[in-house]
Amino acid sequence: MSAAPGGLSKAQREALVDPLFNNNPIALQVLGICSALAVTTKLETAVVMSIALTVVLIGSNVTISVLRERIPSSIRIVVQLTVIASLVILTDQVLKAFVFDVSKQLSVFVGLIITNCIVMGRAEAYAMQNGPVESFLDGLGNGLGYSLILIVVAFFRELLGGGKLFGIQLLPLVTEGGWYNPNGLMVLAPGAFFLIGAFIWALRAWKPDQIEAE
Amino acid sequence: MLETYLSLVMKTIFVENMALAFFLGMCSFLAVSKKVETAIGLGGAVIFVLGITCPMNQFLHEWLLAEGALAWISPELATVDLSFLNFLVFIGTIAAMVQIVEMTLDRYSPALYNALGVFLPLIAVNCAILGASLFMVERDYNFSESAVYGIGSGIGWAMAVIALAAIREKMRYSDVPPALRGLGITFMLTGLMAIGFMAFAGISL
Repeated sequence: MSAAPGGLSKAQREALVDPLFNNNPIALQVLGICSALAVTTKLETAVVMSIALTVVLIGSNVTISVLRERIPSSIRIVVQLTVIASLVILTDQVLKAFVFDVSKQLSVFVGLIITNCIVMGRAEAYAMQNGPVESFLDGLGNGLGYSLILIVVAFFRELLGGGKLFGIQLLPLVTEGGWYNPNGLMVLAPGAFFLIGAFIWALRAWKPDQIEAE
Repeated sequence: MLETYLSLVMKTIFVENMALAFFLGMCSFLAVSKKVETAIGLGGAVIFVLGITCPMNQFLHEWLLAEGALAWISPELATVDLSFLNFLVFIGTIAAMVQIVEMTLDRYSPALYNALGVFLPLIAVNCAILGASLFMVERDYNFSESAVYGIGSGIGWAMAVIALAAIREKMRYSDVPPALRGLGITFMLTGLMAIGFMAFAGISL
């Protein structure tokens, strides 16, 4: 492998950048959608969730990659789940200690990172076959790909649904003497489905090779 | 007494539908909804596992993990709070239960095992199952309430996945823009279904 600018080899760079648009965990691999929809009514919760997931993903990828030679393949799922669950407990405790309000709003969804298929999926598909450095980059890349969708969706939902970003009123509401009439649909569950659908539509119109054959 | 349970069932099936209101179990919801037949198989397995794991986790939480839960062993343990172990214990229970259910079915009901076979292992990582256990703790359900809650949310999830599969089978006859085909249009469909289910909001018996 030849060293590319930035000190990363080509394969390493691919592991990092590919999951952003070319192989996005949510839009193409169809992984980890549950939490992507539930925590995106506000930008703040979406950002905290993105950071939490990225940290867990990097941690589990590196740990499993280090242990990969020692894990008997018949019990690997249990080992993976234990590693992931321990990391999630740590993250949950940290969130409760430092950002208690956000942690309350995220409610069960921090715990659900355990069953988030991105974490399991990457551990199984990538970390079991690759070294710790590549796995670290793969975890970071997939975490960022997930964060990208979460933040885009949360941006539109908070802006259109309440005229706010990060809780700061940007569009003055009609009820408070302004001109913006909030779109209540965006805050509700269906709004999230429509937005992700539209995001996938836009992404695939831009990159036609991702279109599914019927 | 009976009314409380009936209202809880109605609430979990329609108003707080696992898939359409809480977005839980979305991965398999989208992946396994291509055919009605497989959707029914997975739906059945989810109802089954939810109905067992939810009360079991409630039992473990109440007698082992919650704050002061260990007081029944000796009064000195009354201040011990193990609830931070919830995640680890719950996912362990779920994985073990799925395994046991799989082996029992294989032994005693091969027909049902063959029908559900492929889907059972998938269920261990279905977030609807873990989600139900975590919601159960957050809302302080007791043992029988959590059993009802588990079965109710299973039925709600199964209904949603079967309905989506039925719609997707019909979608083959429609002309969808190429970039929207597959995943994109499925999200839009689920959104429309979620709007439909919002009509149930506020119903209580």
